Amino acid sequence: MFQAFKALMKRDLLLAFRHRGELANPLLFFFMIVTLFPLGVSPEVTLLRKIAPGVIWIAALLAALFSLENLFRSDFEDGALEQMLLSPQPLSLLVLAKVLAHWLVSGLPMLLLAPLLGLLLAMPEPAIAALELTLAIGTPLLSLIGAIGVALTVGLRRGGVLLTLLIMPLYIPVLIFATNAVTAAAAGMPIAGQIYFLASLLVLALTLAPLAIAAALRISVS
Amino acid sequence: MPSPNPTLINAPLAVVDLECIRGDNLLFSGLNFSLREGQLMQIEGANGSGKTSLLRILAGLSRSSEGQVLWEGEDILKHRTAYFSQVAYLGHTLGVKSDLSPVENLKISLALANIRFDEEAVYRVLEQTGLAGKEDMPARSLSAGQKQRVALARLLVCPAKLWIMDEPFTALDVSGVGLVRELLEGHLQRGGMAVLTSHQAVEVRGNIVRVNLSDG
Repeated sequence: MFQAFKALMKRDLLLAFRHRGELANPLLFFFMIVTLFPLGVSPEVTLLRKIAPGVIWIAALLAALFSLENLFRSDFEDGALEQMLLSPQPLSLLVLAKVLAHWLVSGLPMLLLAPLLGLLLAMPEPAIAALELTLAIGTPLLSLIGAIGVALTVGLRRGGVLLTLLIMPLYIPVLIFATNAVTAAAAGMPIAGQIYFLASLLVLALTLAPLAIAAALRISVS
Repeated sequence: MPSPNPTLINAPLAVVDLECIRGDNLLFSGLNFSLREGQLMQIEGANGSGKTSLLRILAGLSRSSEGQVLWEGEDILKHRTAYFSQVAYLGHTLGVKSDLSPVENLKISLALANIRFDEEAVYRVLEQTGLAGKEDMPARSLSAGQKQRVALARLLVCPAKLWIMDEPFTALDVSGVGLVRELLEGHLQRGGMAVLTSHQAVEVRGNIVRVNLSDG
């Protein structure tokens, strides 16, 4: 069982590596949105410091959504998804492998880039630490929730708009708690409450999202 | 159509009162048949008569609007794990990743089927399917027929009792058609079963059952 999980994750990482160019897209998108804010709004430090948590988190959220769209696309088109569905292995475990591989190549680089963007927007040190922590918990959460929507819309010709409508409402609690935690950290307040809440959401998504993704894929392919 | 009798249910694969509706079209209804070890079923019918839909229902990918598919007496949708470990499906989309080499493609198929990767066996099967020398080339650089051969190699490395094949002869050259025929004959001799659709007359030797969907 774990063998198939590992093999599928390795395959997806290998495929991502063979399309290195495409990997940069969401990351560039993330970087661009954040860097355009000082130019478009104001380069004033006090203002930037104030809006930074929201800006970085919104950019991360959009970049996550943007990168997720292709999670099952190529597998759907070349029939690899059908073979996955016909495997005697538990499908929820296989989709978890795919989501994890996707997070490693899209979420993790954002996590590494975020502190730099925090500095760019003049965020204080404790706020950057809080930003990293919320992104570390939040980006896998975004991937897991988003994958449910992607699985539901993969069979549709133009599922992009529908995907956004389906997923955005589910992303909002993550956004609220994460930005709230970063803002609180900047003001020197404790953030344990928000972090625990995000962590509980992640545990919930880790256990339930794979089942939902698997069910959604069966519907999409039938 | 006669109501299903007990002998029908006793066969490994039995289809009971199957009905399929796509959109507003009734493709077929009241379909009953069974398949035993060593039998090959060829599904015939005009374009749009529901051949592919039937195969997808048999494979457990789609649901029928009425009726059941039974594998060893159990509904396949209720016993997916048991059924899927016995079935190989070769559809219109081959399931061959074009960015992976044939060997890498087979490696992942083996992992999904829970079979240990044996490099020697994989190379032997690829040679048997006429892909010697192309084992480590990305599948993208292969022709349509060669990609189909990679998918056929999957049937050989992952032993399954029931082969479900949608148009297995398209895109293949003369030697490819011969290869599929050879594989099918070997499979039937070993007590395997196969269900396939094809426009060409299949000259497979063995116990062949024909079902025509256009006749209703």
